[in-house]
Amino acid sequence: MFGFSKAQAIGFLIMVAAVAIGPFVLYPIFLMQVMCFALFAMGANLLMGSIGLLSLGQAAYFGMGGYVCGYLVQSYGFTPEVGIIAGGLTGAALGAVFGWLAIRRQTIYFAMITLALAQIVYFFAVQDTDFTGGENGIQGIPRSALFGHLSLNNDLAMYALVAVIFLAGVLFVHRVVHSPFGQVVKAIRENEPRAISLGYKSEHYKWIIFIIAAALAGVAGATKAMVMGIETLTDVGAAASGLVVLMVLLGGIGTIYGPILGALVVVAMQYYLSSFGAWVTVIQGAIFMACVLVFRRGVIGELAYRLKTPL
Amino acid sequence: MKTTRRKILGTAAAASALPLVPARAAGKSLTIGVCSDFSGPYSAIGGNTSVACVQQALEDWGADAKGYDITIIKGDHQNKPDIGAGLARQWFDSGVDLLIDVPNSAVALAIAGVAKDKDKLFINSNAATSKLTGAACNAQTIHWTYDTYMLSHSTGGAMVAAGGKSWFFITANYAFGQLLRDQTEAVVKAAGGTVVGDVDYPFPTTTDFSSFLVQAQSSGAQVLGLANAGKDTVNSIKQAHQFGITQSGMKIAGLLIFLNDVHGMGLDIAQGLSLTESFYWNMNDRTRAFTQRVLPKTPNNYPSMGQAGCYSGTLHFLKAVDAIGVPAASSGAAVAAQMKKMPTSDDAYGECSIREDGRFMCPSYLFRVKKPGESAIAWDYYDLLHTTPADKTFAPLATEGCPLVKA
Amino acid sequence: MVMILGKPAPLLFGQLLLGIINGSFYAMLSMGLAIIFGLLRIINFAHGAMFMIGAFVTWGLFNYLGLGFWWALILSPLIVGAAGFVLERTVIQRIYKLDILYGLLLTFGLAQIMGGVMENYFGSSGVSYDTPDLLSGVLNLGFMYMPVYRGFVVFAAAIICFATWFAIEKTKLGALLRAATENPALVQAFGVNVPRLIALTFAGGVGLAALAGVLAAPLYSVNPGMGDDLINTVFAVVVIGGMGSIGGAILTGFGLGIIEGFTDVFYPPGSAVVVFVVMAAVLLARPAGLFGKA
Repeated sequence: MFGFSKAQAIGFLIMVAAVAIGPFVLYPIFLMQVMCFALFAMGANLLMGSIGLLSLGQAAYFGMGGYVCGYLVQSYGFTPEVGIIAGGLTGAALGAVFGWLAIRRQTIYFAMITLALAQIVYFFAVQDTDFTGGENGIQGIPRSALFGHLSLNNDLAMYALVAVIFLAGVLFVHRVVHSPFGQVVKAIRENEPRAISLGYKSEHYKWIIFIIAAALAGVAGATKAMVMGIETLTDVGAAASGLVVLMVLLGGIGTIYGPILGALVVVAMQYYLSSFGAWVTVIQGAIFMACVLVFRRGVIGELAYRLKTPL
Repeated sequence: MKTTRRKILGTAAAASALPLVPARAAGKSLTIGVCSDFSGPYSAIGGNTSVACVQQALEDWGADAKGYDITIIKGDHQNKPDIGAGLARQWFDSGVDLLIDVPNSAVALAIAGVAKDKDKLFINSNAATSKLTGAACNAQTIHWTYDTYMLSHSTGGAMVAAGGKSWFFITANYAFGQLLRDQTEAVVKAAGGTVVGDVDYPFPTTTDFSSFLVQAQSSGAQVLGLANAGKDTVNSIKQAHQFGITQSGMKIAGLLIFLNDVHGMGLDIAQGLSLTESFYWNMNDRTRAFTQRVLPKTPNNYPSMGQAGCYSGTLHFLKAVDAIGVPAASSGAAVAAQMKKMPTSDDAYGECSIREDGRFMCPSYLFRVKKPGESAIAWDYYDLLHTTPADKTFAPLATEGCPLVKA
Repeated sequence: MVMILGKPAPLLFGQLLLGIINGSFYAMLSMGLAIIFGLLRIINFAHGAMFMIGAFVTWGLFNYLGLGFWWALILSPLIVGAAGFVLERTVIQRIYKLDILYGLLLTFGLAQIMGGVMENYFGSSGVSYDTPDLLSGVLNLGFMYMPVYRGFVVFAAAIICFATWFAIEKTKLGALLRAATENPALVQAFGVNVPRLIALTFAGGVGLAALAGVLAAPLYSVNPGMGDDLINTVFAVVVIGGMGSIGGAILTGFGLGIIEGFTDVFYPPGSAVVVFVVMAAVLLARPAGLFGKA
């Protein structure tokens, strides 16, 4: 199903079980944050893993998705599902424009152009206080009711919604990678001139991947805004872009479960180590360096290598 | 549970998924969370000195002797509303009964919303925005110490009365700075003055104010209004001196300056500034007595009004909880209602009361900073110029749109 | 009041002057970044953190050892440079064979560590450092009052930039360095210790960042985030100037400072973003940068 290998299918079942039991064992808000960031990281992983492009500006789509969702739900009283879809569309639209510009460049120049474009979005968020609330953020976003009927004020109800979005996201990403489309993308990654000579327009494929990554970021940002009831500059700034790269790198570039594990570890550090103040930043930096120096496959990537099966 | 403990935990305990207060039914146990800025621009006016003042309130009230087991936890909001709101949510979900302090209006507004959702008590001492008792007021939030209305009328009004008719504002661009500027602008205009310019700078990342100071200088205004606080104010006043703002005859109106900021600037630079606080340690015998008691816990930083407000607020909270009993106190609205019923009394603020919109009613004092030679003892920085009684210090009830107040 | 382009002359000149001062820092930092990239092919994301450490060392020299600004001007770059040398020998040299992006990620992690450690000890708002007595006065330029120290910064930056450019482009040592990056094996064959030469280059690059940090200490409050605020802008400067072009970095650094100054006069909210607009445009139109050779 969905092109899962046996190990991946087992992994998926374990994950579904964990998602189901999770809120009864751990703080539900924490788990919802993990799932939102996992979704965000899966998108970034599509870029890094499938087409080998490092974006330093993914937070632009994550943050704007959150802002648009928060604004629509709070100011116009739209229901949560409309807000989240709008957040995804915002990410996709922004990704379509920025991606169209960025995919013309490779490696470091691609990274730099995504950084520049994200900085422009950030400064827009700082300046346009009527829309984003500037430093105050959009506060007091009501969770209201799904489809206008199912109240999400209870954390478990909200959790169920986030879990559905997250699991659907996992299946969707997996489907993309294993579709014929995904096979072409893989061919481009491995040998771009050859793919081009076979008649594939490599830029189209890269562009579509870029848009999908941005849309996932938008959905993730919007969902997070609904969970926390607040959307601020934190989510649109350069630090968030760095964090998502760390998640992917730590979990394993190009794996299905890597970004999810990466999100779990990074968000858990921020929650459970917060009393150590800025030492969390130090640990994050150390993980970054360790991943680059000795651990370039990441945790899941290493595991997959040892087990000789994709994960 | 006979052994009573008092301890300071880090935020990790609160972040843990386990319930923070496991044995509420077993005894009279309470948890107080001090949410403040512990490392940023407002750490001197809040931070660990606020924690020390909360602790002092427990000691002065005699929590141990009364059989209470009270835990104090602290958390750093890093001046980010999302972090503050997330922390508050976590704390309230894990059984924190009172959240106090919160220097930073944007964070405070976000936390007030969470307190309402979770029906838990929030005593704001160190954020300025008068929206906390206006449009954003709720039954769970009490605003201690001071607000933007008081600052704009006291400090702003005094500058206008002294002949400062044209103003240029430098504003920290978030909930606090924006409102303080708007309210001061209204005071200036009501007195027939004008505002010739305004720059809003990003908070909390700005440390270089030179570009704004050049704009202020070329505007030709008589008064430079600083709608900022903490280290920002210290930096902007220091740099204003470097750029010869005062040499060129412009007066500086620091609309919110705390004792700790004066200490940070030094009297050489701060001398002659007018400022407003509702507490000054060297005011009378009671304030001095309070200060002497708390100083061993915070020897290098004397309490200013926001920190003294944490003391006063915690003390009154404890009295209210004692009156209605610990089980009933799990409702923030219930404790707040009880606090509003009782007059307050403590060494820092004397005898005051809390209005139905959650406004703590205390007098405010207009001070002038002493010259270097006039300061006799450590941290002796102020001369009292004028006292505004409590009923004139804050906006009249029902003028700011608090939904709790029936028209 | 004299008006130029519809703006008061004091405002225009004042902001231009401030723009040049900011440009001095852009130039000094981007120059070090360009040297490191040009010779080592490492995108040093930790450059802003090195700048920050340089400022903290300046503060530490005074507060722990009683050594003032002028000592710091010499010692801080040496200390940070030595640390850079060790860093290159122990860590950075391990990734030369990898994709260029790994260097960026590695140094990003390094920057996080340095910033986090400093924040733990000094708080996010940091410490303040006084202007040296000799330079603490104010100059009345007629159109504005300028602190003497800021004038000194522009002067010092101009000298530092010229000296560095001269050393690399016009001296024998510089020629050797450039040769070593083009063809390390050949230079090695001439009896030159190439790995050490490369480590020294890295040390020199971060030493320049530290030197800029010393100059910045009295201007901005010395805080853990002071490099983060600058690093993105400085990257933009290097990209616009052409990655690896030292002269390009210097010219672009000062130029962008001036453009920001102008933007501050005519559209103040835009001053923080104008550099990224320029960067995006340059990357799209001329990826090798204005002065790059690619």
